[in-house]
Amino acid sequence: MRKWKKIASAALAAMVFASVMAGCGGKKEEAKSDTVKIGASFELTGNVANYGKAILSGAKMAFDEANAKGGVLGKKIVVVESDNKSEPSESGNSITKLVTQDKVVAIVGPATSGCVAAGAPITEANKIPHIAPSATAPGITVDNNGKVRPFMFRACFIDPFQGQVMATFASNSLKVKNVAILLDSSSDYSKGLAQVFQETLEKAGGNIVVKEAFLSKDLDFKASLTKIKATNPEAVYVPGYYEEVSKIIKQAREIGLDVPMLGCDGWESPKLAEIAGKDALKNCYYVSAFSAQDTDPSVQAFIKAYKEKYQKEPDIFAMQGYNGGLVVIDAIKRAGSTDGTAIAKAMAETKDLPVASGKLTYDANHNPIMSALIISLDGGVPSLKEKISL
Amino acid sequence: MDTLLQQFFQQLINGISLGSIYALIALGYTMIYGIIKLINFAHGDIYMIGAYFGFFATTQLGLGFIPAIILSMAGAAIVGIIIERVAYRPMRNAPRIAILITAIGVSFFLEYSMILLVSPQPRTFPAVFTPTVYHFGPLVANSQQLVILISALILMVALSYIVNSTKAGKAMRAVSFDADAARLMGINIDRVISMTFALGSALAAAGGVLVGVYYNSIDPLMGMMPGLKAFVAAVLGGIGIIPGAMMGGIILGVVEAMVSGFLSSTFRDAAAFGILILILLYKPAGLLGKNVREKV
Repeated sequence: MRKWKKIASAALAAMVFASVMAGCGGKKEEAKSDTVKIGASFELTGNVANYGKAILSGAKMAFDEANAKGGVLGKKIVVVESDNKSEPSESGNSITKLVTQDKVVAIVGPATSGCVAAGAPITEANKIPHIAPSATAPGITVDNNGKVRPFMFRACFIDPFQGQVMATFASNSLKVKNVAILLDSSSDYSKGLAQVFQETLEKAGGNIVVKEAFLSKDLDFKASLTKIKATNPEAVYVPGYYEEVSKIIKQAREIGLDVPMLGCDGWESPKLAEIAGKDALKNCYYVSAFSAQDTDPSVQAFIKAYKEKYQKEPDIFAMQGYNGGLVVIDAIKRAGSTDGTAIAKAMAETKDLPVASGKLTYDANHNPIMSALIISLDGGVPSLKEKISL
Repeated sequence: MDTLLQQFFQQLINGISLGSIYALIALGYTMIYGIIKLINFAHGDIYMIGAYFGFFATTQLGLGFIPAIILSMAGAAIVGIIIERVAYRPMRNAPRIAILITAIGVSFFLEYSMILLVSPQPRTFPAVFTPTVYHFGPLVANSQQLVILISALILMVALSYIVNSTKAGKAMRAVSFDADAARLMGINIDRVISMTFALGSALAAAGGVLVGVYYNSIDPLMGMMPGLKAFVAAVLGGIGIIPGAMMGGIILGVVEAMVSGFLSSTFRDAAAFGILILILLYKPAGLLGKNVREKV
């Protein structure tokens, strides 16, 4: 009996040992498994949930398309979603969870620069490549000392780039030299754009005749506009948000300032035409990254595919999410492994990658060099005027 | 020189139209201060509520400009009476500072309730009439600027008539002069104060609708800055004095336009609040503080 017991216990022990070994083996197997996990941390609830959901929809479309073509490195891509509730503190938690528990190989998201900034130190410490499709703040990919963050990327153009694009449009296409600037002195966004615009225009031989400022929430701009009108500018650059800009355009036309008004993506809202009135918007242009009227075949193909998948029109965020997904897939393919450092290195070397908006190449600061669109507001309806590549 | 002069007159037009709005709000400030010595910080928000009443009257009820402004004035008058009844009357004998803090509380209450009710998004005020642009040589003015100025003048004349030539106005002046004596003479002080709030709120609402029509856009926090500016205007003219509020409003509007036009637009608000400091230092009773004794 005793012998039997001994044998039985030995057998049991062997079985336990074997199963533990098997378990270990199983885990190793999973690491080399047939899936590649990609974390998607987004604003899925809270006040900017619209942005987060749109970007996620675009990114998922990119991953689904890749899976339909056989995935990456012969493996299927699995997207692990996580909600940051539109709060930077939650964003840190959400990214930590994706990195440490779900063991994702790359992170896509979040939408807003504030939430991205909260997650960036976590991905950097864990050496996980991180792409924020729509974070426009210049400080996201470059730290305070001007050093590039090796694991941080974006898929949209940064704020100052828009100023450059508009100045190029003003001097090359509108052929204006004397331009006035009316900027929002309570917004860094506006001040940054105005500065880059001025530098670019002056380099091109132009001249800023007068620089006036307003504060957000101002209602009456006639005094500043009267002053601007007296300097006889050929165009006025108004980097700002649609709320003030709509009133500025309306009042400028009322005092007979009929020169072209130039702007930035803060203008993008149907409210602009509502408040300013259709007639006032003649000769008004702003910079955007996306227009459904873009005849570029890659844009049209994206719009068509998105509509088929989600039964609605894509917006700029969906496109940025899609581009972000493509960048990740391409980098993993070129890296040939799921090692974070290798992927990040490949990502930094992204060159002429075909994305929904044309071709994407990263500059030394991990900002994409892409073409931008000039949108005309003639008749109150946004329409594509010109595509500018710098 | 010619263009400078031309700019000066254009800025004068801009300033007067902006100043008429400050004046309309300042009138309410001044009346309420005159009668219960309360700086009603919620007044700018009554102006905002008036703008929303006007907005709903034109968009939902399809009313024209004049009926909308009347409806909005009536609505705001009721809101003014309710605020006084609920928030200020229980505090009537409390220290002045307590009631001032209550006023700030009411102001926040109105702003954020409206954000809850109508969302913080700005609304587009419908064009109730097509603006005509008038050219006087090189100068430009439009019909909306004239409508604002004329409405402000009409309302001020009407207010002066009510205050100076009606029995109710006499009661208001009496309460303002000496509330206890007025009570002894059989004047129902509570009713007089309610009426003052109603009148002041109605004027602010008219200002709100005019601003909505002029600038085409309204939002729940639109009352903050104009409220403060109108307060400066009321102090400038002499708080508690009706013509002073009108004058203070116009002066403030013109100064702002001139500062923006000839110095820099970034100094504009500094100039407005600098005026407040100078007046408080050198003429605390306001520009009309000595000549006109009648208070409301």
